[in-house]
Amino acid sequence: MEGVVEELAEILALCERDRSRLIPILQRVQDAFGYLPKEALLEVASYLGMTDVQIYGVASFYNHFRFTPLGKHPIQMCMGTACHMVGGRLVLEALERALDIEVGGITEDRELSLDRVACIGCCGLAPVMVIGEKIYPKMSPAKVDEALVNLKIKAQEAAKD
Amino acid sequence: MTFEEIKRQATAEWESIEQHQIPVIRIGTATSDRASGALEVVEAFENELARLPVEAKIIQTGSVGFCNYEPLVIISKPEYPRICYKNVTPDMVPRLVEGFLLEDDPCMEFALGTLEGGNGSPPYIPELPRSEHELRLLLRNCGFIDAENIDHYIALGGYSALSKALEMTPYEIVEEIKRSGLRGRGGAGFPTGRKLESCLKARENPKYVICNADEGDPGAFMDRVVLESDPQAVLEGMIITGYALNSSQGYIYTRMEYPLAVKRLKTAIEQAKQRGLLGEDILGTGFNFRIEVFQGAGAFICGESSALMYSIEGKRGFPRVRPPRSIEAGLWHKPTQLNNVKTFACIPVIIGQGSEYFSNIGSPRSKGTAVFALAGKVENVGLVEVPMGTTLEKVVYDIGGGVKDGKRFKGVQIGGPSGGCLPEAFLNTPIDFDSLTEAGAMMGSGGMIVMDEENCMVDAARFFLDFTQKESCGKCVMCRLGTKQMLSILEDIVSGQGKPEDMEQLINLGEDIMAGSLCGLGRSAPNPVLTTVRYFREEYEAHILEKRCPALVCRDLIAYYIIPEKCYRGCEHCVLSCPSEAIVEHPKRFKVVDQSKCVKCGNCLEVCPPEYNAVVKLSPVSELPSSDLPIKDEK
Repeated sequence: MEGVVEELAEILALCERDRSRLIPILQRVQDAFGYLPKEALLEVASYLGMTDVQIYGVASFYNHFRFTPLGKHPIQMCMGTACHMVGGRLVLEALERALDIEVGGITEDRELSLDRVACIGCCGLAPVMVIGEKIYPKMSPAKVDEALVNLKIKAQEAAKD
Repeated sequence: MTFEEIKRQATAEWESIEQHQIPVIRIGTATSDRASGALEVVEAFENELARLPVEAKIIQTGSVGFCNYEPLVIISKPEYPRICYKNVTPDMVPRLVEGFLLEDDPCMEFALGTLEGGNGSPPYIPELPRSEHELRLLLRNCGFIDAENIDHYIALGGYSALSKALEMTPYEIVEEIKRSGLRGRGGAGFPTGRKLESCLKARENPKYVICNADEGDPGAFMDRVVLESDPQAVLEGMIITGYALNSSQGYIYTRMEYPLAVKRLKTAIEQAKQRGLLGEDILGTGFNFRIEVFQGAGAFICGESSALMYSIEGKRGFPRVRPPRSIEAGLWHKPTQLNNVKTFACIPVIIGQGSEYFSNIGSPRSKGTAVFALAGKVENVGLVEVPMGTTLEKVVYDIGGGVKDGKRFKGVQIGGPSGGCLPEAFLNTPIDFDSLTEAGAMMGSGGMIVMDEENCMVDAARFFLDFTQKESCGKCVMCRLGTKQMLSILEDIVSGQGKPEDMEQLINLGEDIMAGSLCGLGRSAPNPVLTTVRYFREEYEAHILEKRCPALVCRDLIAYYIIPEKCYRGCEHCVLSCPSEAIVEHPKRFKVVDQSKCVKCGNCLEVCPPEYNAVVKLSPVSELPSSDLPIKDEK
């Protein structure tokens, strides 16, 4: 994990050594690694002169911070009110079946991970699924396979190029 | 540069666009437009304009708020009224460019209506039935100006209020806001002027101004649209507040789920600094004010003011006991004025146009307008701004266009997970802080979800409670454990394990949680359950006593059934769509759902061709006709 420490040194060099900047610092670390590696948390703690537990206490309080990596294509299913009212849960279950993982999990090949989000604010298009940056409006369980197959084809094409 | 000079420059730029010799194409590119493909439309326009010998200017705006018509494009061409085109796709773009811009066919078949003129057809948008009830005070610029160009905002009157405020004394500003009757738009409705006055009187220095843009309610997106479409209005309101309090530091706390809003806010801050409207020595008055955007990290509780301040300090977002109130000891224990996005956006209107203008709008005790995110089972999904005091019925039917697909109205959920569900009998309730609270709901930050006969109220209550239970910070025992207990009772009910005494248990627990919790989350978390028990008791009884879900939603109480007489027998749509191989063929060739394998995903219902319509949901499960199918084990 030496890479982590070096890359982290570069990130921390840009951050103020101020305890109140903890959340923005953790956000930068997560942007760089996709999650908060344990080594990185320990480094942040010594940089800010805080204990490991204090850092973990803050990081684990906020839903945005994760301690395991995301898939290459992270899938987020919106579980906001509008999406729930039109069957968002059925879509989520269809995703769990299709990927054979549970919410919060990641596929064995580390390609896809599945999470639920509270609301992405596109209530007019409910139910909404997001893969990476792309928003899939008006989803249904039957459309799940189609979206995943298209994703696989694209990934294969990208691999060929 | 004086404000007059800044304004002159901005007006010149705006007029060069408006008194166009070349057509102007405005394309909404807020988050929800993007989700419907607005960026592809922008690209298509750029390609067409490059291909054809026609000149036009493309402006990317925020959202008008008509979410069901997105992507929305407004084209102004000399000698034509401005025409709004709805649901524009890249395929339509060549027609619009070639047909309208190059030749003179305005392609009215794609149009939603026009913004000028108004002699019968084509439809004139300001004369549509919904426009009669709407009043766009905060949304006035949304969808018309380039949110990333401060000159557009200034040319339309922006920052005049700041320039005026800088000539007033702090007490005059506070008095003006007090007289306007403005109440906080974050949900609770505390009078903004009174809060400002207390903060002004607080002795400690420095003071802080915080804009709460942590719009965490699922189903609410008003603040996002305002930030993405007219960010300068929020900045102006904050700068005026900062001046009134002699504060030099403001924060905007936004959700991390709103990257576009953050981007547009940061651009807006930079541009305001360049014009000398923000930063050091604002407009030459010697007043300094900085604004920093702080991105939250996905905790709903941080919408609560004391939790939000702890979060900015880099701590866990736990609400704290009050007093002291945040106006005395807020961020870093210093006096802090915290308001919602829309509250700040109201301030330039009040200072610019006078408190009387503002207080003439609305109802006696709630002044100004209410902005709602209308969603759920309603035709016109989107943003709605109406004077306070407008009835729910007008919003749902006249503006919202009624319930989708002609279904029957069942209820409307106002105020998100902290609010309540109101049934049909309450449709004539006026929308203002006090009337909604009296009915058991609350204004909240402004989410409004319409529910129809296909929505189960018990399931809806369970959904909201599941949300608040997960988001409870865990500090107060009643909130942490009480909501968990309520949730497990509700889960029993929706899965058919409910007991007759459960309803009383829910009411008792709910009341105790409200009494025993410190912050707004716990104190309002039981609202959705309490209002549904009160107004939709018969649905709870059906679940508990008959094991039946009247809306056919709760999975353990329903079964999918294929009506043999309707099944076409030759088609295999349902069989192929079933993820669990639960659909088998009867010897008489119609299809049968093997209930032991069915995962109740609803695929078969969705794919069964409408001409057969053979799949139905039944509840209670005990009513399921026997299939007389001895399902043979093929091995």
